[in-house]
Amino acid sequence: MNRVKQFFKDLYDNRIWLLMILPGLIWLIVMKYIPMFGQVIAFKNFRFHPDGFFASVFTSEWVGFENFKFLFSTNDAFVITRNTLLYNILFIVVGLILSVAVAIILSEITKQKLAKIYQTGMLFPHFLSWVVVSYFVFAFLSVDRGLFNSVLGYFNIEPVSWYNEPKYWPYFITFISQWKGVGFSSIVYLAAIVGIDRTHYEAAMIDGANKWQQIRHVTIPMIMPLIVILTILNIGSIFSADFGLFYQIPRDSGPLYSVTNVIDTYVYRGLMTMGDIGMSTAAGLYQATVGFVLILITNYIVRKIDEDNALF
Amino acid sequence: MHVLLGSFAFMCIFPFLYVIIISISNEQSLAENGYQLIPEQWSLDAYKYLWDMKAQVLQAYGVTIFVTVVGTFLSVTVISMYAYAISRKQFKFRKQFTFIAFFTMLFSGGMVPFYIVMTQFLDLKNTMWALILPMAVNAFYIIIMRTFFLRSVPEAILESARIDGAGEMRIFLTIVLPLSIPGIATIALFSTLAYWNDWFNALLFIDDPNKIPLQSLLMRIENNMDFIKQNAMLSNQNSAILKSIPQDSARMAMVVIATLPIALSYPFFQKYFIKGLTIGGVKD
Repeated sequence: MNRVKQFFKDLYDNRIWLLMILPGLIWLIVMKYIPMFGQVIAFKNFRFHPDGFFASVFTSEWVGFENFKFLFSTNDAFVITRNTLLYNILFIVVGLILSVAVAIILSEITKQKLAKIYQTGMLFPHFLSWVVVSYFVFAFLSVDRGLFNSVLGYFNIEPVSWYNEPKYWPYFITFISQWKGVGFSSIVYLAAIVGIDRTHYEAAMIDGANKWQQIRHVTIPMIMPLIVILTILNIGSIFSADFGLFYQIPRDSGPLYSVTNVIDTYVYRGLMTMGDIGMSTAAGLYQATVGFVLILITNYIVRKIDEDNALF
Repeated sequence: MHVLLGSFAFMCIFPFLYVIIISISNEQSLAENGYQLIPEQWSLDAYKYLWDMKAQVLQAYGVTIFVTVVGTFLSVTVISMYAYAISRKQFKFRKQFTFIAFFTMLFSGGMVPFYIVMTQFLDLKNTMWALILPMAVNAFYIIIMRTFFLRSVPEAILESARIDGAGEMRIFLTIVLPLSIPGIATIALFSTLAYWNDWFNALLFIDDPNKIPLQSLLMRIENNMDFIKQNAMLSNQNSAILKSIPQDSARMAMVVIATLPIALSYPFFQKYFIKGLTIGGVKD
């Protein structure tokens, strides 16, 4: 009894702090925790009930793993998992190489003004929405008017129907994602490189190291811990794709689904166009669960390497 | 080196310039030659056309500005209060509430339950709140802000204020907030950009043409300009304009109009954006 009393006394004593977190707490509960509870409809045959959300969830009958069976019996499950994983792996590898290279080159440029101008240019795409970028891409890939087909026409080559040809899209998607992201992801690396103690370079120069050797033996080893940590964290989110990229850029073109459909777009289409609530929830839960496990594993690895950089 | 980086930087800006060129090309020459880098004929018809159709464009602009302003304000208020509370040693439950915020970064509720909560439980379909609430709080920003408060607000100042008899809320408002302007500005900037560029929530929750933000308007005219036209019909525009729609250039003009505010303000906020990114690690 005393403990209960003590607990309420603590609540009362901390009332000012509790008041401060209240709006945020309500938001977290409604927007995050209730949907988490809502994940149970992956195991139900969901039926809307006029009495609202909770009534709908509670009155829908349990079907166990039916939704998952149905999901994994289709070819879709394999395709969306493959696309999500392969693209993300590709983005991590290519992104790492490009952003570290850009950061190193930026740090080597002695004219501060020019370096600023380059960085300003490269960061620009980061501030555009995927809708706007999809128009940019369309200006190049439009079948009858796009720049690509104009150039092909100039060399008397048949125009290509870009939005119906899956074989080119892995390259397009990767290129566009890097085009939009490299300026942003190189910022952190640049900050780290600028922070390296200059005496290391002076020592290397006295030993007769040229620019390339300095980069190889000073810069890269110095930022290695950061590279490892950021890469491992990226691996933690390898199961979630950027919805905007995969939904807006291919313009929802059916023939491209084999190479552009990822888990996120699949869940969205299941919900909005096919109306298959059970199965899209199942796909979403599959994504959330695997993602959660991946984060736990990667965090465990980070903790082993370097306690300070672990998330928790 | 310069060539390499210079050309990549140019590649990042070029598509935007290209779209601007298309938007000021003559529709006739677009139809004949496709999108050209140097069109045969310049024309501002696309912008004239959009000006005639301004009802829908301004409506969408208004929605975007409203959502961005209200959303950013709400965001900053709620996030900084939560973050400040969990950054203070005096708060007995700070660890538990830090975890409550943090856990949402690890496990997500998924799109479908979120959709049902928004539409069924909160009944927010076709309301402005559907555009504001989903992005109001972000656990990651809470954690960043908490780190910022821990680093930038020395305990000693708060102690002396307490001795002078100021309440916690007053200390927060009069001492802590002014000290934390850089952190708050960073969150506000991130939040503003996110709201301005958001189309996802509109895609899920908004059907009403009077409540769609700018980015959604862009999505809806993707295949044809009819969406703007329909609304023009409703408002009794004269039909001569409707006959001669500069389809392609008008669409690109719309992209330019939606992107211009960001492109123009970009050089000013870029510095703060980069600073904000390097402001705080997640750990204390």
